[in-house]
Amino acid sequence: MNWEVVIGLETHVELATKTKIFCSCTTAFGGDPNTHVCPVCTGMPGSLPVMNKKVLEYAAKASLALNCDVTQYCKFDRKNYFYPDLPKAYQVSQLYLPIGRNGKVPIQVGSEEKVIRIHELHMEEDAGKLVHDNWIDQTRADYNRCGVPLIEIVTEPDFRSGDEVIAYLEKLRSTLEYLGVSDCKMQEGSLRCDVNLSVRPQGSTELGTRTEMKNLNSFKAISRAIAYEARRQEELIEMDHKRVIQETRRWDDNKDATISMRSKENAQDYRYFPEPDIPPMELTDSYLDSLRASMPEMAPAKRERYQREWGLSEKDAALLTDTRAMAAYFEDTVAAGAAPKQASDWIQGEVLRELKEKSLDIKQVVFAPEALAHLIDLVRQGKLNRNTAVKVFRAVFDDNGDIDAYVKAHGLEQVNDTGLVEQVVSDVLAANPQSVADYKAGKKKASGFLMGQCMKALKGKGDPKVVSQTLNKKLAEL
Amino acid sequence: MKITTELVDYVSVLSRLKLPEEEKVKMAGELEQIIGYMDILNRLDTSDIEPMSHTFPVKNVLREDVVEDFGGRAALLSNAPAHDDTAFLVPKTVD
Ligand SMILES: [Zn+2]
Repeated sequence: MNWEVVIGLETHVELATKTKIFCSCTTAFGGDPNTHVCPVCTGMPGSLPVMNKKVLEYAAKASLALNCDVTQYCKFDRKNYFYPDLPKAYQVSQLYLPIGRNGKVPIQVGSEEKVIRIHELHMEEDAGKLVHDNWIDQTRADYNRCGVPLIEIVTEPDFRSGDEVIAYLEKLRSTLEYLGVSDCKMQEGSLRCDVNLSVRPQGSTELGTRTEMKNLNSFKAISRAIAYEARRQEELIEMDHKRVIQETRRWDDNKDATISMRSKENAQDYRYFPEPDIPPMELTDSYLDSLRASMPEMAPAKRERYQREWGLSEKDAALLTDTRAMAAYFEDTVAAGAAPKQASDWIQGEVLRELKEKSLDIKQVVFAPEALAHLIDLVRQGKLNRNTAVKVFRAVFDDNGDIDAYVKAHGLEQVNDTGLVEQVVSDVLAANPQSVADYKAGKKKASGFLMGQCMKALKGKGDPKVVSQTLNKKLAEL
Repeated sequence: MKITTELVDYVSVLSRLKLPEEEKVKMAGELEQIIGYMDILNRLDTSDIEPMSHTFPVKNVLREDVVEDFGGRAALLSNAPAHDDTAFLVPKTVD
């Protein structure tokens, strides 16, 4: 039988605010246990939570960017459950009036385009961290993460493959990163994903029983978990003639399998009710208009523009727009006078290599786009050859050093004196009669060796094009 | 609405309350009275009244995103039944 896999996603994204959602504690990652806490986020009786203006702004921006209908009168609800990662015994979330509903996210897989529908987007608070200590057989609760603002984005069951899921998550990550509402770093847990998956015979319109997978902390893990779980359900039905049980399963990266989690008794009854401590929020038309006006140009628009205005390839445009910071670096380099194609090549070649070697983020780079543009210009003017320019780049990259001073101090200006080049080539040919003979005998490789000798004699400063022309001319004359 | 002792059991599990048998019966009666009051309210025609989530007519009570360090870990920990120098201590919950 041919099976179709049906997937819906619940994605939690941590918002990039300085403070928590309902108190002024820092959201900084790490910190000694319980040092980023106060009476509000530890749920002390009598404390009064106050909503963070930035959280509302970020959640509204995300809703708009994901084409949701924004709930202009929205409020919070309490989701009640007893678990010690939540000191209040409830999580402040949104059930009845989530800030965003009925969104649409266009994605592309290969040449196929499709729209993923967003069921809702709501705001909520993160929970604390529990670490069990076997020595004292007790669990330590650290509430530093408790109250960190999250948005949860719930899709309709619109995905039919792991590739579609990854394309959606890439789009989501790009959108939220461009908006500046989240870093979306999976490895730091600022983007977390639960996958709801069921299978059904191809052509069927009824939904099968689904399982929910948790603990997916990389795109790779998500792809593998989807492939595994789809096959497990298909085999369960087809080979074992059993039914899929609705349950939560945990992905185990080491075992490469999903494992059933013991379902907690009555875990689904959260007894939601309106949060009385936080007054409702009204998002006026003019507020939403001002948010719309502040939205940056997003990746798809930039990709299109780079190709149309600057003649870059689709692949180059995609790479340069991967993050907003990367696109800004590229655009600043072009604005400083570099030809877009050259800027693109340098960034994707040399800059990315430095980032990779030094495990840096483009945001941390001190080497100025203006300096890169200047370096590109020196090559264009023929003052530096490409190889020397790379050497200079690597020397000044870390501290944004003065390029002209470095070139001068190391005597790296390209030799454009054709008389000197002619002399050097003649000398090299005279000093290497065997190679010349080999060349004449048809061993074309010998010219590469001679070229290398010429460049060496010129201390790498010759213009490779001029040197090679001169060499070929002289070899032909011999 | 009829409140059975089974329903009281269910609610007490959710609320982490242990009730002796005789109290369950008493609780069922009291809860039924309380829920019964809602039945009275439900008889009112509210079709042309906007639903209300809060009793005070306030909205958009928001604060700026500026960090303030509370800095009183020891004071916060001292409110808990069990703690060590840095953390609240709770019974084992993770399986
Ligand atoms: Zn706090």
